[in-house]
This record gives sequence, structure tokens and C-alpha cells, in this order.
Amino acid sequence: MALDSCGMTLDGIDCVVMGTAPDAFDMIHMKGENLIDGAGAWRKPYMRGFVGGGTGVFVVDQGWYHVASGLFDTCLVVAEEKMSSCLPHPQGAFITIWDQFTESPLGPSLLWMFAMEMTRYMHVHGITEREIAMVSVKNKKNAMDHPAAQLPAEITVEDVLNSEVMAWPVKRLDVSPSSDGAVALVLAAEPAAKRITDKPVWIEGVGWCLDTFYIGHRDLYYPRYVEYAARQAYEMAGINEPSKEIDIAEPYDPFDYKELHNAEGLLLCGKGEAPKLLADGVTQRTGRQPWCPSGGALGVGNAIAATGTMKVAELFWQLRGEAGKRQVPGKPRRGVAQAWGDELQVGTVIVVGI
Amino acid sequence: MSAGRVAIVGVGYTPFRPITPDVSFREMVYEAAAKAYEDAGIEPQKDLDACVTCQDDFEHGRSIWNEQTPDSLGAVLKPVGTIPGDGIYGLIDAYMQIRSGLRNVVVVETHSKASNMITRNYLLAHAPDPIYNKPLSQHPYYIAGMEMNRFLYETGNTKEQCAMVAVKNRRNALSNPVAAYGQKSAVEDVLGSEMISYPLTELDTSSHADGGIVMVLASEDRARSLAGKPVWIKGVGWCSETPWLESRNWGEAVYAKLAADMAYRIAKINEPREDIDFAEVDDTFSYKELQHLEALGLCQRGMAGRMTSDGVTQRQGELPVNVSGGSLGVGHLVEATGLQKVLEVVLQLRGEAGKRQLDNARVGLAQSWRGIPYASGAVAILSRE
Amino acid sequence: MRNEVGELPGVPLTEKDVLHKKVLSTEWDPKLKWAWDTGIGYGRYLNELKKGRIVGSKCNKCKRVLLPARAFCELCFRQVDEWVHLKDTGTVNTFSIAYTDWVARRIKEPRIPAMIEIDGSGGVAILHLLGAVDPKQVRVGLRVKAVWKPESQREGAITDILHWLPMGEG
Repeated sequence: MALDSCGMTLDGIDCVVMGTAPDAFDMIHMKGENLIDGAGAWRKPYMRGFVGGGTGVFVVDQGWYHVASGLFDTCLVVAEEKMSSCLPHPQGAFITIWDQFTESPLGPSLLWMFAMEMTRYMHVHGITEREIAMVSVKNKKNAMDHPAAQLPAEITVEDVLNSEVMAWPVKRLDVSPSSDGAVALVLAAEPAAKRITDKPVWIEGVGWCLDTFYIGHRDLYYPRYVEYAARQAYEMAGINEPSKEIDIAEPYDPFDYKELHNAEGLLLCGKGEAPKLLADGVTQRTGRQPWCPSGGALGVGNAIAATGTMKVAELFWQLRGEAGKRQVPGKPRRGVAQAWGDELQVGTVIVVGI
Repeated sequence: MSAGRVAIVGVGYTPFRPITPDVSFREMVYEAAAKAYEDAGIEPQKDLDACVTCQDDFEHGRSIWNEQTPDSLGAVLKPVGTIPGDGIYGLIDAYMQIRSGLRNVVVVETHSKASNMITRNYLLAHAPDPIYNKPLSQHPYYIAGMEMNRFLYETGNTKEQCAMVAVKNRRNALSNPVAAYGQKSAVEDVLGSEMISYPLTELDTSSHADGGIVMVLASEDRARSLAGKPVWIKGVGWCSETPWLESRNWGEAVYAKLAADMAYRIAKINEPREDIDFAEVDDTFSYKELQHLEALGLCQRGMAGRMTSDGVTQRQGELPVNVSGGSLGVGHLVEATGLQKVLEVVLQLRGEAGKRQLDNARVGLAQSWRGIPYASGAVAILSRE
Repeated sequence: MRNEVGELPGVPLTEKDVLHKKVLSTEWDPKLKWAWDTGIGYGRYLNELKKGRIVGSKCNKCKRVLLPARAFCELCFRQVDEWVHLKDTGTVNTFSIAYTDWVARRIKEPRIPAMIEIDGSGGVAILHLLGAVDPKQVRVGLRVKAVWKPESQREGAITDILHWLPMGEG
């Protein structure tokens, strides 16, 4: 579909970058190799990039430096996840992501860890579950207009608060689903891009950052690694005031509190201020700075690596004015997308503009 | 964008050993990194712009293992990315980050803790396609046996010549103090060792080893300002053949040929046999060295066996191949295998290869293969100038 | 050259299609085994747990206590200087009340994971579980103490601490 959309075939693709998260979802050792034909990389330079849940945006950054290195004119970036292969539940694929000696024997789950981060975020800033639930309401509603959405819905804050508690304070409707999905983007160097389309969307800044693995040495209330990654991308893009210079943001929202947490890391507002922007309607699709107009992971679905790339694709459509019913008004010119993952420790960021 | 030159300005590594129960993988990587930073004359928190690490999850037994990478490299809160693949891919990724103008100093890390993988054969059984091939429940080395058979059939190379590769590389390893499997052996020993999957024998096959390797890459400006001896990356290439066993070319290493074509093009090499002084090529299995030499254009098709029996690829020969001992002699380092080959090329070009130092080492080639059951690989060409 | 997601290609599947094997799949139950080397730092940490003690390591350059104990300081990138014994008491930094296990199955009695800042470490937390406590009483800032397995049952693992119990108030 990506190739069709720009009137290209695989013959015009010089290299392929693949994003897919843990091999354990598929139980295919060297899974990247198994995906070569699906990614259209047969007999091409093919590179798989990986930073856990941050992979989806990282691979676009990686595609950028494939082209910017001067080695290639065009690059196909593909991201996929097929979580449904993993039984009884894809959460099981995560049992070995914790420290093997000091954490895994306690039987932790992703939900526990995220719940603890959410608790800390709420505690430090005095934020309530009710304020956070608004994110889920907004994103699932935005997803109603996304043709590929898995869980679009019109729900209320009460629905979220009354949904079953999974790991307090995380409730069923605070969480994105596990999903299968794939996304592809075509990148091109400037002269090639101008030949391919008259409406290119430019990559203006890239950044990624990994914090220490030792989670007990960090304060979970704030994702400083997202800030570091964002600063790299903003500096490259010449952005000084992200809260004003960014028209649309797609922060990673596997849980509702994460959209707020990540947006603060992206410096779109001060620490602890995200819930206020949400309550004031600023981050609605019609607001001053929409967050997750796509519907995000909460609404569209969370096919880990593919989700981050989906967010970049959303910016592509929005900036070209081709987002259909999801179109953000006011001719947005610049957007930021971000993904997050590993043991609550990686931020990957991209700034695109027209 | 700038497309300046990129150099390897520092290397660090631990000895390669069949088991390493004394250290965790983090401590092993720390040792290699500390040595590499000392070699390059840099301080990680101050000088590092980014890191690239290479490892696949299952080798490690850890999902999303890359979370554990920044600490062992002194790279907390730095851009750290992972390539779930061979070390030369990581080298290339770092090379591109520098060429793009994004970074000046990038570190590449890869290691093997193969000894911690208890059910290795069973793990390898999970690599072939899960629908078409895995249910056949064969030990995946049958794929190597079939490939070896077809390669010998098509090219006229012989089992004996493959055995000579195994003898040569293990012998070379005796002069490499960090190699795990150096030994004197004879062609008959290889041919007479246990049959794994006809015509592949046990001694045609490399054994695993543990070890860590870290390299520091820098842009030309930065390389000039550092104290170490820079070794320049002249060309890189990488390529993937189809993942399907059903549609692959069994007689020829197409991935290596296409990767080499790309690397030669970037390095402006027209006559590889003339311009390459020595090579470290993948020898996971003995026949692979022959197959790869032909694919790399370092001899004509069907002539690699002859070149081996004539002694051309010996340390004293015209085109020394796997002077380090290769995977057969050093030990197979899983995803660190390709970087071990780069390491040997760097040491030779710097004149630091000790007893096994080559006289006329100006331009060297390192090549890797991802391994059974897939057909992907990478090439790097390095030079003193 | 419109890039809008219009109509998506493909055929929608229902759960029934999968259950009734209209969609074929191959099942496999992997049996893989690893034995991870603890190395110097974690080897010492686990050995001390066996003795009923929590040990950290100290970097004299940045003055931090590293917990769990390890062999080198990741920030100063140098070997640690000494081992320091810490108390088996601490303060809850954050927590959750979990009704699901590691493969997302419901569990009746909730488990209460917490990050516990160990006394004497300068605020460094470890992951563990609170036990024998009413979930309603758990809060950030709760003071807790380790409950150890009997010495004969300890094996040099993080589970040598059974759980953590509120001090005085629980």
C-alpha cells in the first residue's frame, strides 16, 4: 500500500529497514530474517532495528540515516507485530524482560510495572484516576474515524473508572489491546523525493535515548529519557518552544496515563501539567495542539512496533491534509511522534514537517 | 549531508572461551568497553554520541534484552539502539550514523554468552519457518549438509578441500592467544570425525565460545584528533537472499556476492583479488569459507578448493584467509562472529597481531553470515590509509 | 496519488473462524532453557541474601550506593570500591495492587508489587512484594520490613525474602 500510494514498485527501493519487537511473540528465532520476503527485502540491504516498544519510531529514525548517509536514495521502512500467535497471552512474552536475578523470580507482569509508574506519577503531582481516564475517552473516540482501528468507542470517564481493576490503578479501559498489524513508509533523499511526489513530508529531527536498566535508581514520575530524545530531535529541527511550534503530537499511549507522561517528556507542557491541557480541551482534535488525533494505541490498537510507525504515518496524512474525517483543522505544518518501551526506559522521537 | 570518511579508532575485547562462569555478560561487556575506550583515548560519558549493540533476544534468553545495554557501555541516557543481527550490521549502522552527520563518535558492541544457552539445538530448531519447515523436526544442521552437498556438486570442490579449511583455521588459532579451539589436526581427522549431516562432519563445524567485543568509530575530524591509530572503513555492503529454503540458490552464496558488490562499489575496488591483501570470511562450517571466497570474487567459481589445497590462503600464502583462526579456531561467537573478523582485520592493519602478524597488510576484508537457516550477510573493507 | 486510508483490503475474520479451524495454525510449545551466569556483582548480592542480608556496592567517585550490588559503576564507568551492608527495612516509593498474573490471568487474592527504597541506600529502590497487608492500607511512604525465608530454605535468590511487612502500623 505504501508503494502504491506513491506510484512506486520494489524496484525503486534501495534498502529496507524492519521494525518488529520481541521474537517471543512469534517464537521464531531470528524473526527478522523470517520477515525478509514480507518486507520486500529480497536481495536488498535489509537491516532490523530494535529498541523494544520504542522500535516503531526508532526504525523511521534509522531509515532517515540510511538515506542521509548518502548510501541510498530510497528506503522502505516496515514495522509489524503479530501478538496473537503467543498463547495463552502475549504478556507471557515479557516474563524474561525483567532482571533475571532480582526481578523475574517475583513473577512481575507489564501491568504491574506500568501500574507502579502510574501510581508514582499520580502521587507526585496529585493527579487523579478520573483526570487520566479522559485520555482513553478522547483517543477511543478519535479512533472512530480511523478505518484500521481495533477498539474505537464512545465511552465516558465513568465507564473507564468502573471497568475491572487489573492492577490498581490500572483498569481495563486504561489499557490498549494487544494487536496484530503492520505499517510501511517510503523515505527518499531530497532530489528523489521531489521526483516521486509534489507533496513530500520532511523528516526534520530524530532522537532516541535509553536510560539505565536499574529501575530502582530512577524516579518513575518523569521520563527524562523521553526529554533527552526530544531535545535531540528539536535541536536538529530548530525548535525552541515545542509547546508552540508543534501543531500535532502523537505521543505513545499504550496506557492512558502514558500519553500525559510522554507528552510531559516531549516538553509539550510542564511536569504534571498535561492533565490540565487535556481537561481544557487543548489536546482534542479540534484543540490548539491535538494529541493522538489518530486514536492512538488505545483506539487504533497496539501492535507494538507497528504502533510507533502508525503514529508517523498519521502525521504524514495530517500534514498533507489527507486524514479524511480525522483531519485536524488549521492546516498543521509540523508534528512530533514518539514511542516508548523497554523497562520503562527508552524514548524515540521524530519531528516531521512540510 | 556530509559523507566524510569513518574510522575505527579503538577496539577492546575479552578472551574467547567455551565457558565464562566467572563473569556476567554485563561484566564481560564492561571489560571489553573499558579496554576499547582506553584504546581510543575517550571517556564514555563525555565523548560518546551514540551506541549500537548487536544481539538477538533468544540467544540471550531475555526478551527485549537491549534494555540492559546502556549500563555496561557507560552510555546511560545516550542514544543506544540495537541491531538484532550480526556485529558487522552494527558496524554498518554506526558508520551510517556518522556519515549522515548526526554523530561523531559511535560505539559498536556485541558479545556472546553462548554457554548460557542450554538447549541450543532446540533453539536453532525455532529459526526455520514455523509453518513449512519447523514441523519436520530435523536438527537444522541438515540445511548445512544439503547446502554443502549442492555446493560441492556444482563447483567441483571436494570434501577433502573443505577439511583442509578446518585444519588450516584451527592451526592458525594456535597463534592467537584469545582463540578457544586452536589445535593441530589432519585432513583425515576431519573426514573421520562424527558425521553430522552428510557430507558435513563434526570437525567441519565450529563450536561456540563466549566473549565480548567493543569498537569505537569516529568521523574523520574526530579520528584525527584522537591519539590512536585510525583504521578506515573503505566500503560496506549487506544483503539478504530469500528466507525460503524452497526458493533459495543452494549452490552459491548470493547474499555474500551482492553484499561484496556493494562494498567494492563504495570502496572503488574493481579487482578484489588484486586490491584485497587478506580476508576474514565466515567459516561457521568449513565449506562456507570456500563458498564465500568464491562469492566475494576472491577467486573464480569452483577454484576456492584448489586455492586452499595450493596453500594460497595459508598465513604465508598470497591471500591469507582467517589468520585469526576463524570461527573454526576462535570459536563461533554467535552475533559477535562478524565483529571478531573485523577485529582481526583491525589488529593486522595496525600491526598488532603478534605472532600471526602479516607482512603486507594494507587492505583487509571482513565478511559475516547470519547463519543457519538464513541467507543474509555483510561485508566490510578496511584500510590503513 | 491519494494516501488516505480509504478501504482496507482483506476479509474480516471472527473468533469463530479461528476456533473452528477455518483459519489454520500450527501449534508449538517451546522448551528452551538457559543458565545465566550471575558474575561477580550479582553473585555476591545473591550469596548475601542467602545469609539474610542485603548488600549494595559503593562507588567512591560519585558516592552512590548501587543496588542490587554490582561490579562496576555505570555512570563513572569504573569498578566499585566496596560492598556495603544495608538494613532490611525501607519505604514504599510506589506500588500496585495486581489482580492479574504474568500471563494476564485473573487472580483472586491480589499481589502487591512495590518499589521499596532500602534504608541506608540513599533512596535506591528494589522491586519486591508486600505481604500480609490489607490493600487499603498500602500507600506511598509506607515503612516496611523484610520477612525472610527460614535459613534452611534459602537458596541465594531474590525469593529468599518472602515479602515485606508494614512496620508497626500494618
